[in-house]
Amino acid sequence: MSSTVKTRERTVSPSRRLRALSREQLPNRQVAGRSLLYAILIVLAAIYIAPFLIQVATSFKTDGDAASNPMSLLPQTWSTAAYERLFLNSDFPVWFQNSAIVTVFVTLGRVFFNSLAGYALARLHFRGRNVIFALLIAVMSVPGVVLLIPKFLVINQLGIYDTYVAMIVPLLTDAAGVFIMKNFFESIPASVEEQARIDGAGTFRVFWSIVLPMARPALVTIIILSFQGSWNELSHFIVATQSPELTTLTKGVASLASGQLSQGTQYPLKLAAAAIMTIPVAVMFFIFQKRIMNTTDGAVKE
Amino acid sequence: MSTPARTPRRSGIRGGETASGWLFTAPMIILLGLFLVIPVLMALWVSFSDWNGRGSPFGGTVSFVGLDNYSALVGGGGLAEQDFGTALRNNAWYVLLVVPIQTMLSLLLAVLVNRQILRGRGFFRTAFYFPSVTSSVAITVLWLFLFSASGAVNKLLAFIGVNGPNWFNDPSGVLHNLLGAFGVETGPAALTGNTFLGISFWEWLAGPSVAMSAFILMAVFTTSGTFMLLFIAALQNLSGDVVEAAMMDGANGWQRFWRVTLPQLRPTLFTVLTLGLIGAWQVFDQIYTGTQGGPGKTTLTPAYLSYQAAFTNQAWGQGAAIAFILFVIIVVFTLLQRWLLAERGVSARRMRPYLPIPTSGGSK
Repeated sequence: MSSTVKTRERTVSPSRRLRALSREQLPNRQVAGRSLLYAILIVLAAIYIAPFLIQVATSFKTDGDAASNPMSLLPQTWSTAAYERLFLNSDFPVWFQNSAIVTVFVTLGRVFFNSLAGYALARLHFRGRNVIFALLIAVMSVPGVVLLIPKFLVINQLGIYDTYVAMIVPLLTDAAGVFIMKNFFESIPASVEEQARIDGAGTFRVFWSIVLPMARPALVTIIILSFQGSWNELSHFIVATQSPELTTLTKGVASLASGQLSQGTQYPLKLAAAAIMTIPVAVMFFIFQKRIMNTTDGAVKE
Repeated sequence: MSTPARTPRRSGIRGGETASGWLFTAPMIILLGLFLVIPVLMALWVSFSDWNGRGSPFGGTVSFVGLDNYSALVGGGGLAEQDFGTALRNNAWYVLLVVPIQTMLSLLLAVLVNRQILRGRGFFRTAFYFPSVTSSVAITVLWLFLFSASGAVNKLLAFIGVNGPNWFNDPSGVLHNLLGAFGVETGPAALTGNTFLGISFWEWLAGPSVAMSAFILMAVFTTSGTFMLLFIAALQNLSGDVVEAAMMDGANGWQRFWRVTLPQLRPTLFTVLTLGLIGAWQVFDQIYTGTQGGPGKTTLTPAYLSYQAAFTNQAWGQGAAIAFILFVIIVVFTLLQRWLLAERGVSARRMRPYLPIPTSGGSK
């Protein structure tokens, strides 16, 4: 295309009008390309968003409406029956509470232990540091699903099966988080903490009141990852607990999906439960949107 | 124990670092030891034992059975072998389709969203990434609804005149269906007569079942956003100089992408393929929530089979053995991929055009 423009310019170069014409054609082509780009993106975005819109819409439908109009985004009659049933007549509030408890403790614990270990590995010079680091890398490569039976065995052996301890403590193991913190601490200059050390502050003091406040960006990454990870965790709770009082949202909603609590399909109920369980991570996502979009690369860097 | 020569010199502002170093890392080491290293060793023992879930696996009633659990899976000739073979077949097709599709789609999304001229980039990024933050349980529930017999997807297919299948209740293999459309209903005797891991080669070639295809679409839907972010970050880190140079040399957009941009994305491509491969071999949540291995065991995966063997059938040794075989599969695939994508030296013959030309200018 550009070559034809050139030849035209060369052959009729004295004519200014033609040259102006060819200059106008170029933007036209760009406009067409741009419209195509937008068209493709809008179609793709619609495909990605539509399922969630259908989910929310269906949760406000009656069972019959949901079955006969699965695609419509507006319920024929608005019904909050699914939500009433969930909150007033089921264990759903208990599930929500358990998920919240676990998520809060796991997130706090990971923030503390990850940064502690990450700081030591990045900054403190001690014998065995390299061995610990090598072990950390080795441990990171163990796929989670392989650990289902092993985790049950150790939880059972320790006598903590079916307790909050069994739900929370094993989830504190987070080699990837230590790795992220270590990388971050290595990237900030050591001069500040050295100044404090000369002033006589102890190692923990330096860590707690000087280094940790500086590490806020990395801590936010850890918070996001552990919040999302523990809120969405399913398999660990399957092997760590059995009693209904300790059921989390993921486990509870999974049991809903396979037909407990409901006769027939009851899609509005299931989709309402799924929608509510998505809200906390969605809120988290929108609060930290800027950071998530910028930090994932740092977080998963090889 | 500590070297006497060094210790005094270190005792300035670096004093006591060994103690605090170990103290700081101790919680993590204990946690990882207690809930990762020891459990794996315990499970390794269980995979060599005949523990049936009663009492402690280390008690006197449990005996060592050697490789019995493993050999029952890979050559026992019984149901265990057949189920394991089926699970491997299902998951292999899942990996074969999910990993390339999600990698290509996430790269496409990243390239589209990363266009400088694009407005509303934030909106598109959010739309594509959002499915990645939601839990697999919630998405599975949604998927069961969308892909039900009279669900939204089939309504959409009916709109363009296609009679959609009963997704999650359809055990037929996609490739078998495709062959069936051409009148091929049974395979040649060479394929149906011989078996590998308890199922015939013809069954190995069935392709993913229609039910599994719905899970494949779901995996692509939920993971493409995460990987898109990795590609976007990589694209933004590329310097524009090389692309500009290629532009000056007259490379068109297509050539610039394949010959200039993509080779520079190799490290990210490796990360995405590795993470994708590791994730795709670990299908569990979706199966537990959605189909429990059905219909016709066509969504059974090794991860779910391992859980089922141990927790439902109390065949703990076998469950643990499946988990370890799965572990080996994942490690082997990761290493294989690392080897395939390794940066190799360019041969002298291919390098020649890029060597400096001895006579300056005028050679063209």
